[in-house]
Amino acid sequence: MLDSLLSLGGLVLLRDSVEWEGRSLLKALVKKSALCGEQVHILGCEVSEEEFREGFDSDINNRLVYHDFFRDPLNWSKTEEALPGGPLGALRAICKRTDPGPVTIALDSLSWLLLHLPCTTLCQALHAVSHQDSCPGDSSPVGKVSVLGLLHEELHGPGPVGALSSLAQTEVTLGGTKGQASAHILCRRPRQRPTDQTQWFSILPDFSLDLQEGPSVESQPCSDPHIPPVDPTTHLTFNLHLSKKEREARDSLILPFQFSSEK
Amino acid sequence: MFVELNNLLNTTPDRAEQGKLTLLCDAKTDGSFLVHHFLSFYLKANCKVCFVALFQSFSHYNIVGQKLGVNLTVARERGQLVFLEGLKSAVDVFFQTQEEPHPLQFLREANAGNLKPLFEFVREALKPVDGGEARWTYPVLLVDDLSVLLSLGVGAVAVLDFIHYCRATVCWELKGNMVILVHDSGDVEDEENNILLNGVSHQSHLILRAEGLATGFCRDVHGQLRILWRRPSQPTAQRDQSLTYQYKIQDKSVSFFAKGMSPAVL
Repeated sequence: MLDSLLSLGGLVLLRDSVEWEGRSLLKALVKKSALCGEQVHILGCEVSEEEFREGFDSDINNRLVYHDFFRDPLNWSKTEEALPGGPLGALRAICKRTDPGPVTIALDSLSWLLLHLPCTTLCQALHAVSHQDSCPGDSSPVGKVSVLGLLHEELHGPGPVGALSSLAQTEVTLGGTKGQASAHILCRRPRQRPTDQTQWFSILPDFSLDLQEGPSVESQPCSDPHIPPVDPTTHLTFNLHLSKKEREARDSLILPFQFSSEK
Repeated sequence: MFVELNNLLNTTPDRAEQGKLTLLCDAKTDGSFLVHHFLSFYLKANCKVCFVALFQSFSHYNIVGQKLGVNLTVARERGQLVFLEGLKSAVDVFFQTQEEPHPLQFLREANAGNLKPLFEFVREALKPVDGGEARWTYPVLLVDDLSVLLSLGVGAVAVLDFIHYCRATVCWELKGNMVILVHDSGDVEDEENNILLNGVSHQSHLILRAEGLATGFCRDVHGQLRILWRRPSQPTAQRDQSLTYQYKIQDKSVSFFAKGMSPAVL
């Protein structure tokens, strides 16, 4: 399921922590999109363009469009190089594109945007982008938009995280044990029950995804069929069972708070 | 510098990695020995060091530095060390007229806005000198400590922006290193400090966390040090992600040992 996250489109939330960083997985998913022939836009706020492109070969790098908000995001240098409109302006500009093909937008990171923009503004922009309705007057067909948002969980309170979570079609929470990384994937498909799954994985040096069998592949424990279930009433010194007569008497009892014609 | 700590980090002054941000964090103990270690480490590596010292006076760092084999007065005089003594220059903000904004200009403002003047001080201190031969290997920014800025009224996001700009200039543009100390108050209610600590943690390549022992004070074991490597250049680096050692601070050195292996109990 981890390698098909982007097939649904919409917002994919990558929740990472200090212990289990998520940028490697973000880059692996970006590489996957590029290999599928999609156009990939990166809103880079936390790392430099060189660092983000490191590890990708030239085929992948040629498909990546990097919007640099790392060097001077707050325009302290007061030069003309600052991108107008900030990150949200860039996001809207990507959405107004004329190319109808599918596009993936990677937000590195959503945490940076959430710390610098009002939560409501950010949520509205994400809703508009991931639901493809930010171009009301544009009659040209718009392709599938997938938004990958990297979120550092510890930086935000439950309110903003909950708001972003409610917007997301898919949530991936990174964790792991004993040096092996895992992704807990919660998927919300329209008109279906949410599904969740835990996938163990590693990222190879070329940022390919290597799915693995981890300590626990299934998210729910299954009982061992060879051991019969133990009856907890076997060694009791008192009787918990009811005879047939006692059961009938109990079922026909009228409780004090029940209204009946006899009372 | 402490040779045993160099061994644990697998580094020496002449072959240290560049372009890295190291976070020093202390919880229920004093982690300043790590600051003194890195100050002497980078001076011995012949780096140009900008030290934003907000916590102690110059003479304090100099006295400890001399025990570790570096003379801060000489380093400052020959231009290797640029030292911002926060305790002294904070007073200058109020009693001296300045032409250009003072690095600690935010102290004068009712609402402490951003730390752009402090960033410009750092950039000016570490920018390469035009012409002439390069005297120093690479630039290093040292900050002790960032939590003081929160106490002085600067918001956590403003401090994170300052670190971001310093990282863009010092680590990325100038290929230098940064070493930042942030205290962990352990108080879940202290949201600003938690945002600052976690925000810098996510930007860091290496985190050294000094913690007091859970059982309290001990004469022979002063604390434990957790080393966490993050953001390796290759996603599947072979070295261990996290190591934990206990330590004892002596007059001129710090000895490290595995948990429970203090010489006093063996």
